[in-house]
Amino acid sequence: MAELTMIKAVTNALDLELGRDEKVLVFGEDVGRNGGVFLATEGLQEKYGNQRVFDTPLAESGIIGLANGLAMQGFRPVAEIQFFGFVFEAMDQIVGQAARTRYRTGGRFSCPIVIRSPFGGGVKTPELHADSLEGLFVQSPGIKVVVPSTPYDAKGLLISAIRDNDPVLFLEHMRLYRSLRQEVPDESYTIPLGQANVVRQGKDVTVIAYGYMVHVAQRAAEQWSKEKGVEAEVIDLRTINPIDIETIVESIKKTHRAVVVQEAQRSSGAAAEIIAQINEHAIYHLEGPVLRITPPDTVYPFGLIEDEWLPDEQQVLRGLEKVMSL
Amino acid sequence: MSTTIAADQIPHLQVLDENGKVVNSDLVPNLPDDQLRELMRRMVFTRIVDQRAIRLTRQGRLGFYAPVAGQEASMIGSEFATNKEDFILPGYRDVPQAHFHGWPLYQWILYSRGHQHGGEVPQDVNVLPPQIIIGAQYVQCTGMALAFKLRGEKRVAITYTGDGGTSQGDFYEGINFAGALHVPAVFIVQNNQFAISTPVRLQSAAETLAQKAVAAGIPGVQVDGMDVLAVYAAVKQAVDRAREGDGPTLIETQTFRYGPHTMSGDNPTRYRTKELESEWERKDPLIRFRNYLEGKGLWSEEDENRAIEEVKDTLNDALKQADSYPKMTIPGLIESMFENLPESLVRQKAEFSGEAK
Ligand SMILES: Cc1ncc(C[n+]2csc(CCOP(=O)(O)OP(=O)(O)O)c2C)c(N)n1
Ligand SMILES: [Mg+2]
Repeated sequence: MAELTMIKAVTNALDLELGRDEKVLVFGEDVGRNGGVFLATEGLQEKYGNQRVFDTPLAESGIIGLANGLAMQGFRPVAEIQFFGFVFEAMDQIVGQAARTRYRTGGRFSCPIVIRSPFGGGVKTPELHADSLEGLFVQSPGIKVVVPSTPYDAKGLLISAIRDNDPVLFLEHMRLYRSLRQEVPDESYTIPLGQANVVRQGKDVTVIAYGYMVHVAQRAAEQWSKEKGVEAEVIDLRTINPIDIETIVESIKKTHRAVVVQEAQRSSGAAAEIIAQINEHAIYHLEGPVLRITPPDTVYPFGLIEDEWLPDEQQVLRGLEKVMSL
Repeated sequence: MSTTIAADQIPHLQVLDENGKVVNSDLVPNLPDDQLRELMRRMVFTRIVDQRAIRLTRQGRLGFYAPVAGQEASMIGSEFATNKEDFILPGYRDVPQAHFHGWPLYQWILYSRGHQHGGEVPQDVNVLPPQIIIGAQYVQCTGMALAFKLRGEKRVAITYTGDGGTSQGDFYEGINFAGALHVPAVFIVQNNQFAISTPVRLQSAAETLAQKAVAAGIPGVQVDGMDVLAVYAAVKQAVDRAREGDGPTLIETQTFRYGPHTMSGDNPTRYRTKELESEWERKDPLIRFRNYLEGKGLWSEEDENRAIEEVKDTLNDALKQADSYPKMTIPGLIESMFENLPESLVRQKAEFSGEAK
């Protein structure tokens, strides 16, 4: 056991998988010699050589296309998109190609790639570095989307993602990279994809979140409990495609109220999908409408106003009060 | 049997050697003395602003900043060859070109801090705010150049990327469209040898980046990017050709960034040696041009000091102006999404201005 940050947990997972399976390859912009701009791949090129851990030319479509070709030839590529805002460059290779490989070849080929990418706001990056674009992939059939919120989960989920036989998008929230430490076992372990985690028990309302918003929701829930004695149950989805609707429904059967906290803009996206599924599976257990606590429908704003734009504990508390009043 | 059906040569241009001696007198641009002095003044300005910007970033008074020291000849010389009506599409490092083309310093400061007004370029200024997405400006440049051609205007669109940028699909698409549509565009690649940590030899197996022009069917030129006269001469020629309807050009400037990639945690010692750094510092564009001008009696220590002093005042004024600019608001942000807000956003605007948030 060691106390690790999320970035170190990611490095550790990559290290173990590179060591376990020689078909695993790690590549992207600046991931080799430099060890990645966040140092997620630090030391891996030294350890595994530049055939297995390498810098690519600067082109995201090239990176994912390379991964797809390698994957169809039996490799296990773990490709990095340096910041998730650059994913637009690779949209066809991800959504148009990787996600459709199994389908269009009748299962003759699959595309077991992992795309790792830092995302999420609150760290004062320039434009198109901090956007929460996961919603685009939640609506793309054929690709799984994983968003860990702790170092422990990051390691177990990343190992699962690498071993999964289909494409997985693995989104690492930048604000979580170094802000918390957690005991993480030294050895390899997996956390199943598609399984949510109830991180706080409560009887009065279900709060569903993923990524950094899990922590905001937890803090708001603690404050609410102290001030008002109302108990929120907080669910960390961990995977947002597919969504673990069973865990959500179980919770709603108990609380009869729910709210989704999402860092991405309001419309469409993961929260909309979660609420649609709640409608399909749990509407008769609800005592009121399910709300979304999100930023407004604007582009991700420039740094000077991002803190105001991003949902915080106060906004979550107001949302919780509202949900209880409906 | 095989025959050669296409042959292309990539010229390399240099005017001044490392000591400021003219090595190619045919290429010495025909610039009057005051313009030569202005070139030097702008390079000094850029060097000093860079030093201040690095300090300001460390103090938290600037946000995003990509240092430019080492690239002054490439940046200043190229912009100097354009007219005010020509349009510049800069990348994130190309702040000096944007500034000398008319982007006010205080707006650059706001842009760096992450204020929307930074990108609200004044009406009569022909630049876009710096592009973050590598390559995006190349395809747009071709579009702007086509607009000038369609309207019969004698204007040129100029854009920049780095050595790393030449790997992007958008780079090839931009220069290929420009060739096919025969538009008045100039594409500049500032080859500073690294894309963050990745050396240019891992970027491409091509011997030069200029030769990427060959496949697009447009002229490609490599220039000593530490030589402001060579950069000016090459870009002037390309801009003139474009203006006369003779089509686009790709220009590679061989240069180096002395500092880190950006001020957000990059550590050059992880990927390049001190020797390489000093090798390039010996080619310094300011020293070289200063020697040349001093030899002609056009620059003195006094001029240098005056240029340095001038930066302080200009920058302090710009900082004051930026500091006093009104804050951004969430309702303002929502307003700026569309010309006419849809009902859903009108409701959100009320929601987000009502309460504390
Ligand atoms: C599409 C895209 N991918 C990746 C990045 C991240 N990034 C910013 S600068 C940079 C290196 C660029 O190198 P180069 O083109 O040589 O320009 P330089 O920074 O050296 O001036 C990278 C990878 C980005 N901004 N946009
Ligand atoms: Mg470069």
